[in-house]
Amino acid sequence: MTVLFDGIASGVLLFLISVGLSVTLGLMNFVNLAHGAFAMLGGYVCVGLLNRLGVPFLAALPVVVVVSALAGMLLERTLYRRLYGASHLDQVLFSIGLVFVSMSSAHYFFGAQQQPLQLPKMLSGQWHLGSADLGVYRLFLIAIGLALAFALQWLVASTRFGAQLRASVDNPRAARGIGIDVDRVFVATFALGSALAGLGGALGVEMLGLDPEFPIKYIVYFLIVVAVGGSGSILGSLCASLLLGVCDVAGKYYVPQVGAFVIYAVMVATLIFRPQGLFGRAAAK
Amino acid sequence: MSAVLPAVIAPAASAFDAGPLRTQARWRAGEFAFWLLPVAAYFLFPSDLALLSQIAITALFAISLDLILGYAGIVSLGHAAFFGLGAYGTGMLARHGFGDPLLGLVAAGGLAAAVGLATSFLVLRGADLTRLMVTLGVALMLYEAANKATRFTGGLDGLQGIEMAPLFGRFAFDMLGKTGYIYCVAVLFVLFWVARRVVNSPFGLSLHGIRLNLFRMPALGTPVNARLVAVYTLGAAYAGIAGGLLTQTTQFVSIDVLSFSRSAELLLIVVLGGTGSLYGAMLGAIVFMTVHHLLSGLNPQYWQFWLGLVLIAVVLFARDGLMGALRRLGARLPERLA
Repeated sequence: MTVLFDGIASGVLLFLISVGLSVTLGLMNFVNLAHGAFAMLGGYVCVGLLNRLGVPFLAALPVVVVVSALAGMLLERTLYRRLYGASHLDQVLFSIGLVFVSMSSAHYFFGAQQQPLQLPKMLSGQWHLGSADLGVYRLFLIAIGLALAFALQWLVASTRFGAQLRASVDNPRAARGIGIDVDRVFVATFALGSALAGLGGALGVEMLGLDPEFPIKYIVYFLIVVAVGGSGSILGSLCASLLLGVCDVAGKYYVPQVGAFVIYAVMVATLIFRPQGLFGRAAAK
Repeated sequence: MSAVLPAVIAPAASAFDAGPLRTQARWRAGEFAFWLLPVAAYFLFPSDLALLSQIAITALFAISLDLILGYAGIVSLGHAAFFGLGAYGTGMLARHGFGDPLLGLVAAGGLAAAVGLATSFLVLRGADLTRLMVTLGVALMLYEAANKATRFTGGLDGLQGIEMAPLFGRFAFDMLGKTGYIYCVAVLFVLFWVARRVVNSPFGLSLHGIRLNLFRMPALGTPVNARLVAVYTLGAAYAGIAGGLLTQTTQFVSIDVLSFSRSAELLLIVVLGGTGSLYGAMLGAIVFMTVHHLLSGLNPQYWQFWLGLVLIAVVLFARDGLMGALRRLGARLPERLA
């Protein structure tokens, strides 16, 4: 029971970080391996605010969101947008370069060690329900994650912005033709994705840890979520993250000798049999 | 390349004119000069032979990726899988008493080729993005397997206690790495020569064609999938042999041979050198390894930062890499260099 709960919590956390990637990779068709770098940025901003400036945790989160969104916007304007039309290989190389730069910068400013994070009293501790121990922080994560999932689903599926975004992605030329400012839609979307990554990174410090290796250590997980969930599908990402989180935690708990092997095998199998993911819509060209 | 294209896209209806192919395949002065470099390096840097062997191995590894990426256009983020297979295969063979270097290389190449053949069918499904993820997934699975099977691979501690028999039963691997270096360069040269024959053959040209226009080639009667499977297997075998060489010269296998960063760095080397050119791949390896050696002595993080910046710059401004720069330089000189 506790295992299931922890699995769900880590799944939700994974969802928080990777849903941003689902948006950029799935909707905008940009292979952004540097996604973890935005999450790391969020983590470091959060830790920095808490430990150096003494800002309370909950007050730091909005700052994290804003900073990550701004960073995303800046990079989109200056670098990413040049590569929208480029091949996937170019995008991969470019984002790996960005990952290297971000890792060494983090190393330079913060050092190689794990960053400590002191949670507020309100969010630490556990509740005991029958035989299960429920961490308060994990409940908090699950609540935020679910709320965001539904908010995003609503944003993409039922708002004017969502419709503009889908139109811009499916056919940028036609979208321009009917007066949608495609550039602005993309900037906004990219900023949104980065903000989510930053938020996920900040919330994840407690569970995933934070060190300069972060973007490489977890990028595979984010990619798996997007691949399995179907790119661009928000509820799909949520389901995939939950599945992955539960399998991962349960696997490490019950069969530690197998390790992460199962997860990779599941990813490859999914890609072979359902290249568009479990919940994916047909790839837009 | 432009001289070759007509032959690919519009073969003469009646008689096949192999003239342009022969011209393309002829050895040029610049190439002879290039192969004098390893000979000169042997005499100029006698104390750095271990590093020079590493460069030769990396060059071979880069060629293996260039065969599938630069020529056939298959993107891979997990090419280290085959390198690692070769490295571990050779290492385990040597530990069980079969320490003959050439036997080790054949085994490494064979093992990697077998796995390459098996996984090539997975890789052929889907487009770029799926390929990236599948190759990455395969490499990660192997990494995890090597990590967990500590009884066979030593896990994170690496595979130790590898004893190599003397080459041809006569030349022992010495501490200075003289035998190792000559051996690596010889293997590199032979395999390069084979690769050069392959890419200049009609088979190699059909790969060019597949990369440039995937839909046209079946119409010309090229069995696209069979060609891609063949080249992927060949690339895997080359990578395996490179891995085997690394094991034999260092007499140790670290789990690092299978790591994601090795695949990513290799991709960088090939792109830095210029894809679709065997010399570009080798040049990329030489530059990359030399700069790495010089900079990482100062500070590893410093090195990574500049590596990232260079990568971004190459993608944005110099997509054809060092070979492209050389070609442009060569085009300005009256006499063509490459």
